[in-house]
Amino acid sequence: MSVSTLIIDVTLWGSVLVLGFIAFKRGRVVLTSSLREGTMDFINIVPRIALGVIGSGYIAAVIPQEIITGWLGPNSGWLGVLTAVIAGAATPGGPVVGFSIGAVALKSGGGAPQVVAYVIAWALFAFQRLILWEIPFMPARFVWFRAAVSVPFPFLAAAIAMAIGKP
Amino acid sequence: MIMIGALVAVCATLVWRRDGMSGVLEILTSDLTLFGGILPRVLAGCLLGAFITEILPHEKVSRSLGPSSGLKGLLIGTAFGAILPGGPFTAYPVAAALLTVGADFGATIAMVVSWTLIGYGRAVAWELPILGTDFTLWRIVISLPIPVLAGALGRFVYVRMYPKGSPS
Repeated sequence: MSVSTLIIDVTLWGSVLVLGFIAFKRGRVVLTSSLREGTMDFINIVPRIALGVIGSGYIAAVIPQEIITGWLGPNSGWLGVLTAVIAGAATPGGPVVGFSIGAVALKSGGGAPQVVAYVIAWALFAFQRLILWEIPFMPARFVWFRAAVSVPFPFLAAAIAMAIGKP
Repeated sequence: MIMIGALVAVCATLVWRRDGMSGVLEILTSDLTLFGGILPRVLAGCLLGAFITEILPHEKVSRSLGPSSGLKGLLIGTAFGAILPGGPFTAYPVAAALLTVGADFGATIAMVVSWTLIGYGRAVAWELPILGTDFTLWRIVISLPIPVLAGALGRFVYVRMYPKGSPS
């Protein structure tokens, strides 16, 4: 485990303890009901994560790497960015799938601005997530509005990445 | 969920036909290791989300995130999204609650976009282990202005689409 992940783990559990203490000060009922709520969320979410994490390895394994390299390579320019944005919107699966595809693309020679555009497009408006996660919780009108407003930003991020030459 | 399960099964079969049983088991082992590492963080995220939902003064939050909250509202939304822990289970219900209690589209967009792009929960649990520290940190730095810009664009479009206020 690297230092940065250790720091983040400490921060994460530290905030759990601090907020737990605040909840405890509000009364024992507040503490126990939030603990119950949090544990139920955890139990509900574990199967989805299990499928996402364990499944994504297989999905990433069958994606032909040459295609990604050709489409998202460092010389693919703005066409590569556009392809990356469309691919990001079309990528199915949970949190792990998109990051895994991004990692595969980086490892197989994808250009950093294109991979940044891919990851951000996928984070902002992966179609499956809009349908499966956002619409059930939020007003549909808001979800589509937010997705439409988000469209320019993967391109902006790619432009910044090209300008500063990072990552 | 079923669709993804089917997709995973198809892909696993393809891996099995290409690399045999050892290929399938190799991926399974590395993914199980990853999964085991992620689990405690997921629990921490769920607990954080539950605490925040319990102890946050929703009325006060909504007052600072309304349509006339200006740049400040967008910045508050961004900061809130960035520190809001947990998965979609917490972010989307909280966003919906904010909309209900008076936050406008702009501030809520800033919050949701900030949660997806610079929220540490996803970055720590998934992006860091998979894409590496260097890529993740630069990706987040590049993303920093996006929530405020998306929220501002949202407000700009919204008042022109619905000049008389919300249609519903």
